[in-house]
Amino acid sequence: MSSVAAVPQPLYAERFTIRGGDFEHGGEVAARIKSVLKELGVRPDLIRRLSIANFEAEMNVIMYAEEADLDFKVFPDAIRVELADRGQGIPDLELALRPGWSTATPEMRARGFGAGLGLPNIKKSTDEFRIESTPGKGTLLRYAVRLD
Amino acid sequence: MLLSDVIDVLHCDELLVLDHDRGRPIADCFAADLMSEVLAFSGHGALLLTGLTNVQSVHTAHVADLHAIVFVNGKRPEPEVLQLARERRIPLLSTPLTMYEACGRLHAQGLPASVKP
Repeated sequence: MSSVAAVPQPLYAERFTIRGGDFEHGGEVAARIKSVLKELGVRPDLIRRLSIANFEAEMNVIMYAEEADLDFKVFPDAIRVELADRGQGIPDLELALRPGWSTATPEMRARGFGAGLGLPNIKKSTDEFRIESTPGKGTLLRYAVRLD
Repeated sequence: MLLSDVIDVLHCDELLVLDHDRGRPIADCFAADLMSEVLAFSGHGALLLTGLTNVQSVHTAHVADLHAIVFVNGKRPEPEVLQLARERRIPLLSTPLTMYEACGRLHAQGLPASVKP
């Protein structure tokens, strides 16, 4: 008998690359993940919550970072997303999590984003939320919606 | 209220409405130009009133499970936005009314505000 605990394997995993400034395709990753979750038969209210978080996270990369990898994994007990971007990072996370606080440009607002609701909304829409950022390097965002 | 009622009340141009869409139930409504506000505060199944005509309005309606989009002030989106809405099966309407006027008329007809549960 092995004494090593089994590492849980995801039922589904997919990696996406999101490019900074790519407003034209902003929303496509969230849409793709939504269709996968529908096919997997996940409850619609949980799909909605995760999709909202994914769309906000995707737009954050497009608005503020150079590039990011988004890892999407479905486990029996939770859907997990890890988003690692390369970019300017966030100097003050407490401020960035305050609803209404924003460094958005007029162009971002003209696209319908930059209301200062992105990170607070991701936190509100998910059951687990962790963020770490190194100014000048990038941000690592992890969130999950529980299925149990 | 049905989508066909919305079309009548707001004198909408039907930019993208299939026959069966007219019978789509509209339980409530959310109005905003900032899509983050829609994502943060609207419930599913709502009608979206907005002045934002780019692809992000359709993506927002899709991820938030909204039932239709009405563009105010007579605005019309570019062809690629119509194409995306067709793929996502989101009906698109355009009303000549302003945002305030459109909201007022729908509210007067008994359509309540959408609230996130």
